[in-house]
Amino acid sequence: MEILLAIMTGILYAAGIYMMLRRSLVKLIIGIVILGNGVNLLIFLMGGLAKGRPPLIPEDGTALEGIFADPVPQALILTAIVISFGLQSFAIVLIKRAYKVLKTDDIDAMNKTDDIT
Amino acid sequence: MSEHLIIYPIIVHLLTAILLLFFWMNPKIQRAISIVGSAVGIVIGGLLFQRVWADGIQSIQMGNWDAPFGISMVADTLAVSLIVLTNIVAFAISIYSTQNMVSSRVKFGYYAIFHFLIMGLSGAFITGDLFSLYVWFEVIIISSFVLLTIGGRAIQIEGAVKYFTLNMLSSIIFLTGIAMVYGATGSLNMAELSRIIPEIENKGLVHTISLIFFIGFGVKSGVFPLYFWLPASYHTPPAAVSALFAGLLTKVGIYAMIRVFTLIFPLGEINQMILMIVAGFTIFFGGIGALVQKDIQRVFSYLIICHIGFMVGGLSLFTEVAIVGAVMYMFHDIIVKATLFMISGVMYRIFGHTKLDKMGGLMDNYPRLSFLFVIPMLALVGVPPLSGFWPKVSLFTASYTQGEIFMLIMFIFASLITLVIIAKVWNSTFSKKKIDVEKRPRFKYFEDFSFAEKTAYVLPIILLVGFTLYYSFFAEHFQMIAERIGEELMNTEHYYNAVFGIKEVSKL
Repeated sequence: MEILLAIMTGILYAAGIYMMLRRSLVKLIIGIVILGNGVNLLIFLMGGLAKGRPPLIPEDGTALEGIFADPVPQALILTAIVISFGLQSFAIVLIKRAYKVLKTDDIDAMNKTDDIT
Repeated sequence: MSEHLIIYPIIVHLLTAILLLFFWMNPKIQRAISIVGSAVGIVIGGLLFQRVWADGIQSIQMGNWDAPFGISMVADTLAVSLIVLTNIVAFAISIYSTQNMVSSRVKFGYYAIFHFLIMGLSGAFITGDLFSLYVWFEVIIISSFVLLTIGGRAIQIEGAVKYFTLNMLSSIIFLTGIAMVYGATGSLNMAELSRIIPEIENKGLVHTISLIFFIGFGVKSGVFPLYFWLPASYHTPPAAVSALFAGLLTKVGIYAMIRVFTLIFPLGEINQMILMIVAGFTIFFGGIGALVQKDIQRVFSYLIICHIGFMVGGLSLFTEVAIVGAVMYMFHDIIVKATLFMISGVMYRIFGHTKLDKMGGLMDNYPRLSFLFVIPMLALVGVPPLSGFWPKVSLFTASYTQGEIFMLIMFIFASLITLVIIAKVWNSTFSKKKIDVEKRPRFKYFEDFSFAEKTAYVLPIILLVGFTLYYSFFAEHFQMIAERIGEELMNTEHYYNAVFGIKEVSKL
């Protein structure tokens, strides 16, 4: 399972970066979304996988015993997902606006701010 | 109540921002609230600084969850000094924005977002948890995206696309680093990490993680191969926003770098070399970039990059003296860079554009303003006794005594090229004869301003220049603060003890 998730994370990173290097604005955003998902999966993987062992303290105990699923990465992922959701919605509005005012979705054509004039 | 003083700098700006949301459509009230909020921020920052100065590093555990389980907030001298400076700059920009930001932009929530940004900065300085640092970084960048695009001119949107993409990418890289740290150690508390990381057997892994962090923070602070978003976007928004970004945003990247590379991953030989090369190239390309630019705001943007090299270079030398120099340089740079962008805003109002080759005659027409403007410019070059000179003493000494001749040469190169650039700016704006450019219709020039409007533009510059002069003539105060910071940063047990509530035996 870990191997599978590790490969999956690698694929998501590679796909995300590949998409970000394309010239289209829309593909840029898709690349960021995919990369964001890749990093979430990585956090999940890094916490270690423990199947069917919820982090619940037994009724007669006072502390967690044995192997249990780490709840921290899941909290981290949740936070990261919410943040990236906000950023992605901003990004989508931004590219819509950019397309409207710049009349292009080709990143190579966006070079007005770098002119030396 | 008073033990919560640590988080008050965050809360002040949060409350101010919330209050501002209630006056969405009323720019006048918003302006007043913002100025008052920033002033309260300075007072609270000062109180916190006093507390930390007197009693040592303060810490608080959020929700009373003991470290390392909860999120710790730690105020050490570096963090509180930066909070005070942040609030001073925020106060000046609050005043500056009253005229620089037109009402229609204020109605899009400029001030509220501005205070959210300052809140994010304060949080990033105080937090003692890596993931929480990531969250504060996100607060900062989300706010900065909005500030950058408010107004929605084509050039702003274009700059924002570049700014957005690279900052987003750097956040993802930072988060990757966090995931790997958690995987390797099972903790995200910075103080605890400072104890766990040296015990990890797999040094290669630690090394890799530290470089992932370096790339993440490097994009944010604008170091050599990663800075291209900065000159592409910083000149697009109104001067108030540029001043805020120039003064504070890149510095928070440097702060994170200093924190992570002293506390969690103390620099090894290889990392030191990497940082040194990066710093050298940052100085070189920033300087050369600034030299060829013909737009005053773009010149200043490249100068930001050039001077980031000083701080990264100081960090890379990694001795107490060098860190003192880097931190002192940071203090100086925050104030002066914000001032310079404010000045560029005034020049835009005077000339109607920001092109250097069409400016001129400032000295003849505005002698007093010229005198005011020349102080931060000379301070930037580092003319003694102005503020840029003092940090360089430490930096030069450190690089010379450690035999790092490459770094020493780059520092000298940076000073010289800054001098050349400032001379060029001086020539084309102040001493050259005035060039008659066709006046823009429906554009309010500086000469048409009423006294109150002029004051709103010039008063914040006077404030910050006053601070620069204070820094210049009482540099020993800053030296004292920076030495204490250097001591705290190089001896991580102070930080560790403060977070875990271990009483320190006084060194008598």
